[in-house]
Amino acid sequence: MPNLEEFYDIVVVGAGHAGCEAALACGRLGLETIVFTVSIDSIALMPCNPNIGGSSKGHLVRELDALGGEMGKNIDKTFIQSKMLNESKGPAVHSLRAQADKQDYSREMRKTLENTEHLTIRQAEVSEIVVEQGRIQGVKTVSGAFYHAKAVVLATGTYLRARCIYGDVSNPTGPNGLQAATHLTDSLIANGIEMFRFKTGTPARVDKRSIDFSKMEEQLGDERVIPFSFSTDSDSVQKEQVSCWLTYTNEKTHEIIRENLDRSPLFSGVIEGTGPRYCPSIEDKVVKFPDKERHQVFIEPEGLYTNEMYLSGMSSSLPEDVQYQMYRTVAGLENVKIVRNAYAIEYDCINSRQLLPSLEFRAIQGLFSGGQFNGSSGYEEAAAQGFMAGVNAAMKVMGREPFVLDRSQAYIGVLIDDLVTKENHEPYRMMTSRAEYRLLLRQDNADLRLRKIGYDMGLISEKDYQHIIWKEQAIEEEVRRVEKTPVGANAVVQEFLEKHGSTPLKTGATLAELMRRPELDYFVLRELDDRRPNLPEDVMEQVNIHIKYEGYLKRQQQQVAQFKKLESRKLDVNFDYSVVGSLRREAIQKLNLYKPVSIGQASRISGVSPADISVLLVYLEQKRGKS
Amino acid sequence: MGTGRMTDTIAAVATAMGSGGIGIVRISGSEAIAVADRVFESGRKGKCLSQVDSHTVHYGVVKENGRILDEVLAVVMRGPHSYTGEDTVEIDCHGGMLVTKRILEAVLRAGAELAEPGEFTKRAFLNGRMDLSQAEAVMDLIQAKNDYAMKNSVRQLKGSVSERIKSLREKILYHMAYIESALDDPEHISLEGYGDLLQEVLEPVANEIERLICSADNGKIMLEGIRTVILGKPNAGKSSLMNVLVGEERAIVTDVAGTTRDVLEEQIRLGDVFLRLMDTAGIRETVDVVERIGVDRAREAANEADLILYVADGERGLDENDEQIINWMKGRKAIVLLNKADLTMKVGAEELRKKTGCPVVVVSAREETGIEELEQVVQKMFLKGDLNQEDEVLITSTRHKSLLEDSYQSIQMVLQGINHGISEDFLTIDLMEAYEKLGRIIGESVGEDLVNEIFGRFCMGK
Repeated sequence: MPNLEEFYDIVVVGAGHAGCEAALACGRLGLETIVFTVSIDSIALMPCNPNIGGSSKGHLVRELDALGGEMGKNIDKTFIQSKMLNESKGPAVHSLRAQADKQDYSREMRKTLENTEHLTIRQAEVSEIVVEQGRIQGVKTVSGAFYHAKAVVLATGTYLRARCIYGDVSNPTGPNGLQAATHLTDSLIANGIEMFRFKTGTPARVDKRSIDFSKMEEQLGDERVIPFSFSTDSDSVQKEQVSCWLTYTNEKTHEIIRENLDRSPLFSGVIEGTGPRYCPSIEDKVVKFPDKERHQVFIEPEGLYTNEMYLSGMSSSLPEDVQYQMYRTVAGLENVKIVRNAYAIEYDCINSRQLLPSLEFRAIQGLFSGGQFNGSSGYEEAAAQGFMAGVNAAMKVMGREPFVLDRSQAYIGVLIDDLVTKENHEPYRMMTSRAEYRLLLRQDNADLRLRKIGYDMGLISEKDYQHIIWKEQAIEEEVRRVEKTPVGANAVVQEFLEKHGSTPLKTGATLAELMRRPELDYFVLRELDDRRPNLPEDVMEQVNIHIKYEGYLKRQQQQVAQFKKLESRKLDVNFDYSVVGSLRREAIQKLNLYKPVSIGQASRISGVSPADISVLLVYLEQKRGKS
Repeated sequence: MGTGRMTDTIAAVATAMGSGGIGIVRISGSEAIAVADRVFESGRKGKCLSQVDSHTVHYGVVKENGRILDEVLAVVMRGPHSYTGEDTVEIDCHGGMLVTKRILEAVLRAGAELAEPGEFTKRAFLNGRMDLSQAEAVMDLIQAKNDYAMKNSVRQLKGSVSERIKSLREKILYHMAYIESALDDPEHISLEGYGDLLQEVLEPVANEIERLICSADNGKIMLEGIRTVILGKPNAGKSSLMNVLVGEERAIVTDVAGTTRDVLEEQIRLGDVFLRLMDTAGIRETVDVVERIGVDRAREAANEADLILYVADGERGLDENDEQIINWMKGRKAIVLLNKADLTMKVGAEELRKKTGCPVVVVSAREETGIEELEQVVQKMFLKGDLNQEDEVLITSTRHKSLLEDSYQSIQMVLQGINHGISEDFLTIDLMEAYEKLGRIIGESVGEDLVNEIFGRFCMGK
């Protein structure tokens, strides 16, 4: 029987958060793209927490949006509560988080995919990658159909040989009982790809009607909602929001968990995968932090048209009966009814060291990958990588240079550099502490950092581009004006300062100088600034940050300048380091293992010393001189 | 989160360390000349190095906080025609480890970073200042120098010091991790009132670092001596006092011949410290400096010294010469030696103490009394911190001291930040700097320390 055969520019395997971004980017760049999913009803599924964003993840979403990704726009359409976290802290750690209506989120994303030109959606399980002479040729599905492609993006998430486990129940399915992808791993291994096995978990979903909210603290959304997307009109997101609820575990809960530890597949050894330390199951927390008397549990709605509630903070793989017992010890959950059990999930992913910073496999040209398949965790991390993998697949097909963001440009750059440079033994989660230049990589300036790049790639509209040009200018002009505006030591000023707990002026100052005082800022100084132009909120915010934190920002800019020097020295990824005699043996091993793309990346590999880097620089110079 | 270099401008001593010979501090990089200008004061008023022609030599002094560290020659070489191919300033000083190290420290504080082993040579090569055929040799040299420096660095650290630095780092790391986990998971971990707690933790940390820095100064002082000048009006008894101090019983006398100015120094030992009596060739001159060479020469000597010993004549009382000297002593480390204690005194110890604000020791050159008390006062003045005398010299390398100073500075920035109510996410930036700098002393990098600590210690939600 003849098999089906079709031709595309790009194949995307998987339609989760990574796959959707990859497919959309490729389609929008005009390349014929097909995206495969094992279930068409599960496009952009949120199988775990019902929210998007949060500390540092919110940054990723904003950056993605600035570049032309979809996640920010999609959550703006479908959120049911929104909050800016860390508002009392410095601007670098402010972070947006929104509760999503999961079904709505999924539906809206599907609608977007379905209405994107050049993009085809296909429900089928991809079982093979086809590689010839180190170059990808396309993929085959379980039915034997052959989809030829110039580039392939793998975004299989947690579906590869997935297994869901609670107690002694173990189901060979993907999340939510969806069909797992059982064949592809063998094909990947056959093509020399090194695989890892990771695990993660999710808490139970319970029936809202069985919860006593009077015993819990209500968690409201922000009064004024700030949208994720720089293109969303902020008036359009001011709507009625739903509440989340806070309650706590207690000693009784912990006792039940301790008594039943021997029945946990995590502790009995049934689960082999490596789990994340940052998102521990409740049994992990109880074992690891025995002195903690209680742990927080946030009760979050899964959507507007369902009674299902998510028990954030209590993921577990304990047996069903223990789950019931322990949940029912929590205040307000005494009579709770479980809709879906908590479970742990194991899946195959890759050792991300095999990837270039463009997310292309070093060993297989034209094969890219993104998302949890790369060993990360989280919807936002997945989407960011999926987007970058998709864009780079497109660049490859179009014969353009790879698109790589470095650590000083974006959290996305930090995320990918960490994945491809560091040893990664657990699902990787983004954190603000991973970004060494985080004062510069704020969520409020993601558009200023990345809009133009998105425009150059062809994913940002002319209108959005013109807006960012205007915004840059407006900020610059206002900063200049504020720096030059004098403030005299007159009675009005002194009275104002006294009112704000600020020491009076001895001589005249500028507005900028006053702004740098901890107790003052651009906004309160409006009173003394009668010639202030009328500017939009986001411009004023930039002016404030720019001047107020100038000292810190300048310091980081200086560090970035030094960092860039090393990043710009490129290395040959096929180079054999054993020919450089003066390198230490450990350095040779590590460099040959990672094959860094730049001196900068080489310097971040553990086991490579600054002296080794110096030696490399000298070697390069010698080679350059001779050639 | 890690930190990188802030500048491409580096400095180090470019000659082998040792007493005698010319010590050269070399500064190289885009800001080399600007950095040199921050510490160099030309002999010709108002001239700065940024205005001079390339490949010219300039006479002047190196000053820090208004104090002259040494008379020097500064050689300015603009890139690409310099050893490294970059803008370079070489400061030639009088040699002797102490002066050279001090000038290097001043240069580092003025904005340069300490060069890595072999870094000048590396830059020379990278900037095309060396033959390509020398590459192998350069690479070997870098690796060898680095190996040597690493071994040496470890050897220079007594066991107790690395333990102390480790425990400081642990404290810093813990608090960084706490703050960071709260920032990453604000709904589970609260920073309410954390500033006060952090302040309580960091003040002792800062003190401990300061003690280590002091031990570096102590180490140097013990090894290299305190530059001392004796001042007093004619016939106050300077000569006889010198003789007592240099007398055979107490003194270890060494003659160190310098090359630039033909300096002769005399070292005397006073208890645990050495005094290097400056300009020994001219000690007799120095003795009568006010009278014979004039006010300028005496002032210069006073400026260059670490310690002024002012000999007051108890028998004759004070005159305008004394007033002049007392004036120079302001803000300086100085001790008043009230001489001729065996005779009837016209001016009392209490009066001098009030007048000068300095400790007063009553001595008698003739009877050789008061010398033990002088010993004690000098030690108290120079051996800082609560290190007792049994404590061994702890920190001796410029690299270590410079890293300690940087980390001290960073902790001070954190404390200042707390006082100004700056939010915690800024504080961790300086905490990380301190952590990283301390780590470099004991040869440890930051790596994944913070992330591991966050996961290991704090219960993150989700």
